[in-house]
Amino acid sequence: MSSMTTRSINSATAGSATRSAAQTAVAAFAAILLGSFLLYGVGFAQPQQIHDAAHDARHSFAFPCH
Amino acid sequence: MDLIRRLFTAALVAGVLSGTAASVVQQATTVPLILEAEKYEVVTPPAATAAAPAGAPAASHAEGHQHGPVREVGEGVPVTLDEAIQRIGLTIATNLIAGVAYALLLGAAILLAGRPVDARRGLVWGMGGFVAVSLAPSFGLAPELPGMAGAELELRQLWWLSAAAGAGVCMLAFAFARNRLVIAVAVLAAALPHLIGAPHPESAEGAVPAELAARFVTASLGGAALFWAILGSVSGWLMSGLVGEGEPRPALRVQPGTR
Repeated sequence: MSSMTTRSINSATAGSATRSAAQTAVAAFAAILLGSFLLYGVGFAQPQQIHDAAHDARHSFAFPCH
Repeated sequence: MDLIRRLFTAALVAGVLSGTAASVVQQATTVPLILEAEKYEVVTPPAATAAAPAGAPAASHAEGHQHGPVREVGEGVPVTLDEAIQRIGLTIATNLIAGVAYALLLGAAILLAGRPVDARRGLVWGMGGFVAVSLAPSFGLAPELPGMAGAELELRQLWWLSAAAGAGVCMLAFAFARNRLVIAVAVLAAALPHLIGAPHPESAEGAVPAELAARFVTASLGGAALFWAILGSVSGWLMSGLVGEGEPRPALRVQPGTR
């Protein structure tokens, strides 16, 4: 069991006998998808209103802003 | 579904807490510097063009300046209390969303790594996040104030992303990869943006005083460090039951003797 867990990113399956690698991958993918979408809006999107709303936070977080 | 719900809940809590802390620190440190810097944003080009008829209306509300660039209070600088409150509110909302976004990405990485976490290990993950998206990009593109000279925005955004992604991949490879080739490629990915060099303007002619800019850099990095410390430890704490539970010898599993 332990040697099986050392290589792939699916090693999280070792955490729970009932959880499949697919469930872990789906959860992680969903989180990456939503996280990237939110991050794009916060830090990169350029429509004027989004830029203005996020302006001070973008500068503070050191995103390129203008 | 249960896994997704727990992962997203952890990210929501960690993001809101770290975003709140960042908001408090920002209002005390970076935001006053931003407001100060906006006073130096050059609104009108040097006086040669101001002599034209079109320059006359602009001159009426900016007192006594015939020489050099015309500096006016930027449009965004809040004048009334309502504007100030709205601006602070939007900044706080942005910080909370940024916190949740980063917490989702960090949580996904923790989940995929599959190693046990707790608040202390989460702190290490959080510091990794700080190095990846704050320190590494700042090494080439210093945190900038409004009014500072910068190269084309898209180029800088692209460079920022590659520096952050490269640094993140590099740290993950050092932590988890077995294959030396993978580690070597990851090191290259982290180094490449810096070897190419960040896009900078041909001449640094920003109007912001250097002292303000220097204070802003340290304030921005310090605030980000606190943000990531909270984000990482709360994520690790809330995900401790989510990753690696039930492993027989979690800490000693990989390479006995290395710890």
